[in-house]
Amino acid sequence: MGELIKTPASGAGLTEPRQYLTFTIGGEMFAVETLSVKEIIEYGQVTCIPMMPASIRGVINLRGSVVPVIDLKARFGGRPTEATRRTCIVIIELDDDEHQVVGIVVDTVSEVLEIPAADIEAPPAFGARIRADFIRGMGKIEGRFVILLDVHAVLSTDELSLLSEMAQAVPSQLAPSLVE
Amino acid sequence: MSMNMDDALQTFIVESRELLQAMEASLLEIGQGGDDTESINAVFRAAHTIKGSAGLFSLDAVVAFTHVAESVLDRVRAQRIAMDPALARLFLDVCDQMGALVERVASGLEVEGALQARSDELARQLSRHLEGGAAFPVAGDWPDGAPAQVDPPVFGPGCVASGLWHISLRGSPDLLRFGLDPLSILRYLSTFGQIVSLEMVLAAIPRLTELDPETCYMGFELSFASKADAQTVEDAFAFVRDDCTVRLIPPFGSIADYRALFADMPEDNLLLGQMLLRCGSLTQEELAQALATQEWLAEDEAGQAPAPRLGEVLVDQQLVEQPVIDAALERQLQVRQAKGAEATLIRVDAAKLDQLINLVGELIIAGAGAQLAARRFKAPALVEATAVLSRLVEDVRDSALTLRMVQIGATFNRFRRVVRDVATELGKDIQLDIRGGETELDKTIVEKIGDPLTHIVRNALDHGIESAADRLARGKPAQGRLMLNAFHESGSIVIEVSDDGGGLKKERILAKAMERGLVAEGQSLSDKDIFNLVFEPGFSTAEQVSNLSGRGVGMDVVKRNIQALRGTVDLESREGHGTTIRIRLPLTLAIIDGFLIGAGPSSYVVPLEQVVECIELPPAEQLASGANYLNLRGEVLPFIRLRDLFEIPGEPPRRENVVVVQYAGERAGLVVDQLFGEFQTVIKPLGKVFSHIRCIGGSTILGSGEVALILDVPGLVRHVTAREAGLSRSRHGSLVATA
Repeated sequence: MGELIKTPASGAGLTEPRQYLTFTIGGEMFAVETLSVKEIIEYGQVTCIPMMPASIRGVINLRGSVVPVIDLKARFGGRPTEATRRTCIVIIELDDDEHQVVGIVVDTVSEVLEIPAADIEAPPAFGARIRADFIRGMGKIEGRFVILLDVHAVLSTDELSLLSEMAQAVPSQLAPSLVE
Repeated sequence: MSMNMDDALQTFIVESRELLQAMEASLLEIGQGGDDTESINAVFRAAHTIKGSAGLFSLDAVVAFTHVAESVLDRVRAQRIAMDPALARLFLDVCDQMGALVERVASGLEVEGALQARSDELARQLSRHLEGGAAFPVAGDWPDGAPAQVDPPVFGPGCVASGLWHISLRGSPDLLRFGLDPLSILRYLSTFGQIVSLEMVLAAIPRLTELDPETCYMGFELSFASKADAQTVEDAFAFVRDDCTVRLIPPFGSIADYRALFADMPEDNLLLGQMLLRCGSLTQEELAQALATQEWLAEDEAGQAPAPRLGEVLVDQQLVEQPVIDAALERQLQVRQAKGAEATLIRVDAAKLDQLINLVGELIIAGAGAQLAARRFKAPALVEATAVLSRLVEDVRDSALTLRMVQIGATFNRFRRVVRDVATELGKDIQLDIRGGETELDKTIVEKIGDPLTHIVRNALDHGIESAADRLARGKPAQGRLMLNAFHESGSIVIEVSDDGGGLKKERILAKAMERGLVAEGQSLSDKDIFNLVFEPGFSTAEQVSNLSGRGVGMDVVKRNIQALRGTVDLESREGHGTTIRIRLPLTLAIIDGFLIGAGPSSYVVPLEQVVECIELPPAEQLASGANYLNLRGEVLPFIRLRDLFEIPGEPPRRENVVVVQYAGERAGLVVDQLFGEFQTVIKPLGKVFSHIRCIGGSTILGSGEVALILDVPGLVRHVTAREAGLSRSRHGSLVATA
């Protein structure tokens, strides 16, 4: 990945019109490229993993393989998503070497849209309420802006595993500073 | 060579690696006080096979180098030179070099530069052992300008006068059925020499009524004039070697060779002798000489047969102690067993095995689902049928898993070389004692345990065992002992590495730990805790940093590697008496028998072999308030409330249960809501996101399709211990701050 994604402002990776799956999280609209979406399933039977941060919701059984599920609302710094009848899990396959499969919890899935490259703006330096490196670009749809997510940054396994490690930190590791 | 190697070359590489391993093992056996003939033959066979196969792929560098080694080995075999320790050491280097050459071939690169220089250097050293320092072929002028590797004729006692090859060939009964025609070999021989005379051996032909026209009964004795080298003549028989008994005696061969021929061939000695005379291979006098010694040998053997075994005689005469004999007998047995096992092995692609195990895993999940459904419908016939089914699936699982199991002996045996090399380098005399080599464990684990084990062994050799002078000063035998041991214990495999060296010095470890800030001043630790400090990152107490170990990295890496295999490592030591490092590993990484429990809405699995018993949690008023331990038949049992630890919301049920778990000799209780009973589980990895997770060893899919987490009991206990220690310390710290 790397270069293309690190320099979204140049628009190098966004020249052709591409299809995006739009969905809402906490009332706000987001989109991911359909290329990375494997499937969409109903929310259910998520096994909670103890001692994990709120952003890691748990794991599900996807036809025999165990797939982690990420709560995007919590990942963006909000409260954990409350499951309703319309809550879905979007299964994303990262196109890295290991083809990691990760599920994300969304409030509702809206539609698949084609967004021409001309309608994609560079992400704002601040003000989007989520971390700038999570945003790949801002898509314009009927005068509204949709945040195009950079799934690699949002679902970075390194960062998620770091989060999970920090969540488990035992007091003894903090203790020396107290003693001194 | 291009990257896409064909299958045959791949097979050559795999086989060569195995042969080299066997070669190394045999080399190490030489000089261990047994009969070296078999070992030398094995070394020769390995070199010969590699050379032959390498020739097929035109790997000239390998062929040229191996050829020199083979020539020397041939002389050893003919007992013209002795396999002394120096030569054995040289051959170990040769073995390594052959390995390096094969690996270079495997990586698809040409042999050049330093590697070729090393080949030439070793070949030069080897050629010193050839008569008169015979020229060795250097890559480039082989095979075109292949020098005739015929040993210069040595006339004198023990050698025959005939300048012809003598070839004896006996076809196996099935030779013709395999479509092999002995005539074609004779024809091929005539392409590079002349068959001077030929005698048919017809003694084995039965009467006409019993004769099977498809069976081969014949053999040849022939003398053959050729200027071709030994290899060319030998290669003529390459295709029939497995189905024929072939004996080649070079020109001016020794009487001993002919004597061996008489011993090997089934025919009557006199009859055979007459043939050899007619062939012109032997003169009357030489024949008499060969037969005379032969008869003498036969008589000698006959005289010994009914007598007690040599070993017993020696013990009776108190020349050798019983343990020595036992060890020798055991070794003989192992050699025989290894030989027997060879024939029944088949090579299977590991990926195919993994796929089978995966499928069996799915089958178990599906079976559990069917059983659940059957119970829900309450149809007795269906319940019974699924019960039978799941029992069968269990059997299939067990046998599928044993396919992946390999003996740890091969891994252990590799350390013979390590111990020998390191001991030489350090100038110590160390004996390696291997036990439990037949203990089986998963192949993946065997592969991954090699590195940590090497590290531990090197540490023991370097720091554990003292120099001979120190040992003698302490009243120990000068020869140090290192023992590798493996055995099964409660669903785990235990690997022990013990030495009889100086042991660990508690005070020094403690001092070092304080210096590094690993232990607070005045903290009291048990012996076990102190010893286990050596597994902390950046810890090393070696006074001098040696070439081998002692850079302070290592034991923590060892521990991490072992933990990654769901194992644990422990250390026991007595100062002045030695150290034992005990590694405990699961038998397999794929499937475990689990015990299913429930806490809150979730289900968890505890590995069954760690569950000792289940009891009901005594009502709150019987427990010490606020403390997490209970009285289990007079013993203190600390327990962990899973609900608290995992922060599961909601109220616990009125009656809670305690699962008593045991691991590495320690007991603990897990307080849970419900007990669901035994459950077979296929371990599913949790993925990279959870790579740092503690307390959870993996996950599994229940019959309902839900994911259940497998508890990592040792991790759980460690986590809680660390947390409580941290809490008490921070409390202590704040007290100090306020005071």
